[in-house]
Amino acid sequence: MNKTVNQKAWFLVLPVLLLVAFSAVIPLMTVVNYSVQDTFGNNQFFWAGLDWFRDMLSSERMWDALVRQLIFSAIILAIEIPLGIFVALNMPKRGFWSSFCLVTMSLPLLIPWNVVGTIWQIFGRVDIGLLGYTLDALGIDYNYTQNTIDAWVTVIVMDVWHWTSLVALLAYAGLRSIPDAYYQAAKIDQASRWAVFRYIELPKMAGVLMIAILLRFMDSFMIYTEPFVVTGGGPGNATTFLSIDLVKMALGQFDLGPAAAFSLMYFLVILLISWVFYTVMTNLDKRDGAQ
Amino acid sequence: MMAKITLDNLAHSYLAQPRSDDDFALKELNHDWADGEAYALLGSSGCGKSTLLNIISGLLIPSQGRVLFDGRDVTHAPTAERNIAQVFQFPVVYDTMTVRENLAFPLKNRGMDAAEIARRVQRVGKMIDMEAQLNHKARGLTADAKQKISLGRGMVREDVNALLFDEPLTVIDPHMKWELRTQLKKLHHDFGHTMIYVTHDQTEALTFADKVVVMYDGRVVQIGTPQELFERPAHTFVGYFIGSPGMNLFDAQVDGRTARINGTPVDLGHSYRADGAMQIGVRPEFIRLSTTEDGIPARIRRVEDVGRHKILRLEVNGHEINAISGEGDVIPEGANRITFAPEGVNVYANDWRISPLGEAA
Repeated sequence: MNKTVNQKAWFLVLPVLLLVAFSAVIPLMTVVNYSVQDTFGNNQFFWAGLDWFRDMLSSERMWDALVRQLIFSAIILAIEIPLGIFVALNMPKRGFWSSFCLVTMSLPLLIPWNVVGTIWQIFGRVDIGLLGYTLDALGIDYNYTQNTIDAWVTVIVMDVWHWTSLVALLAYAGLRSIPDAYYQAAKIDQASRWAVFRYIELPKMAGVLMIAILLRFMDSFMIYTEPFVVTGGGPGNATTFLSIDLVKMALGQFDLGPAAAFSLMYFLVILLISWVFYTVMTNLDKRDGAQ
Repeated sequence: MMAKITLDNLAHSYLAQPRSDDDFALKELNHDWADGEAYALLGSSGCGKSTLLNIISGLLIPSQGRVLFDGRDVTHAPTAERNIAQVFQFPVVYDTMTVRENLAFPLKNRGMDAAEIARRVQRVGKMIDMEAQLNHKARGLTADAKQKISLGRGMVREDVNALLFDEPLTVIDPHMKWELRTQLKKLHHDFGHTMIYVTHDQTEALTFADKVVVMYDGRVVQIGTPQELFERPAHTFVGYFIGSPGMNLFDAQVDGRTARINGTPVDLGHSYRADGAMQIGVRPEFIRLSTTEDGIPARIRRVEDVGRHKILRLEVNGHEINAISGEGDVIPEGANRITFAPEGVNVYANDWRISPLGEAA
């Protein structure tokens, strides 16, 4: 087949280029611009080189927030992924109750994030919240505004409540794509329930689970609204995650330079972790296939 | 270890409350599958073949009737208790396992010792011609390689009550089909399992089985040897479905020894009692061309030479009729009638074959 060469075709790419430029490249470059300059107001900027990056890398505050963030994401994934799979495995396969479960489980996903935060903020209050009041009445000492552990538990339970459905729905979609013949063959082969999960369901869900893990990792690593509404980052800095800290720095203290350097590093960390995860998973896949 | 399988008053409907006969995917059926025999279950898609198979293996509980293994009622027993191997139409392999692990899986689940597993896996690996790939992951293989593994997982169990195959060679290429079918026959010969082989391919059915069970619309219409199915189709569907081309059917008025087809009298050789819609069935092999005044008027429309023989496409009273003539036979000039070889004539009342009067069925 002969291909026509026509350099004018490049113009067809132009709209996309413009769109991406305005939506991603230019804003990102603004941040890059801030990160290498200093300002004392009046829209006057001075070249600062890599000073802000150096500052941030040696900033204990940022490292603490990063550690908190990593712990938070790890806990979230460790709970939501297995729980989501468990829920998906136990959902009805067809009929009215299957639709009922799907709709009910989608509900938390539809609630705006700050509303979720508000719901839990009130829910957990010892004076008027159902959860806080009940725990208090049972004699359990619970107060998320003062106790670090309580604050963490509240934020984590809230995130599990909000997002486990997503994992469950994705896992359910993966499960539904398995033809009945697989289960029938497993019965004929006398496979145990565990073997069915390990050798049929898990491999067939692997693709969607990878997406679920990536989505939940990225989202939890960038989490801002919900913990901000519930705990405001407290008590102290106990639940001050990266985004909360970043907003405090950029808008609270108006330290644009350090905040910009901070965001760039933040961005690179997410990119790096996601890339490593994706590469490792797809390579595992390829090695399986080749051998 | 092997068993006679008895189906007693068996029927199945996928509806919770079946009202009429039409609601049944499998209509009432009584049949013994003799121990150690190779059966083919033949019929077009959706005729209830797979339903019947799944009931025997225990994947489906019938809505009515019983399944007996050597007289023991297993109607509600789970698949595991029945000790049956089944291979499905579309390949099922455990993706993350190697070919070897796949073949060993059913044995491992039954707690067999490692040395015996290794021996059997090696034997089956050779049978399905995959010895060289035993250590490969099953995931990257082609569809027919995967189906060979599925077959292998069925064949690796030597002590089963029965081996069931649900159109297992659909995805396999023609050359390998012959090869695998030969292997299955050899397996049957070596171990004497009861085998039930579901297919919609008549060649496959006729070459594989000692006995062919033909199903039509949820009903077993005939059970017989390939020869019986060819010479005495019990139902017009069997006549039409088996044979290439299938049996010709002529609407007729039957009166004793004589049938009238479009007004032309035809001698049937025996007396029949007319009852309902009568048809005369004649396979293409038994139709002769005639240049004389006897016979039914016909017009030759086309002659297809398929190498072994010629297929004549004829028109009789507006209907297409097929006849087969020998490769070397000359088609007589001016042939405008057809006659039937008497041994090839079957008489049908309401689609079911009837026997001549004074002769047992």
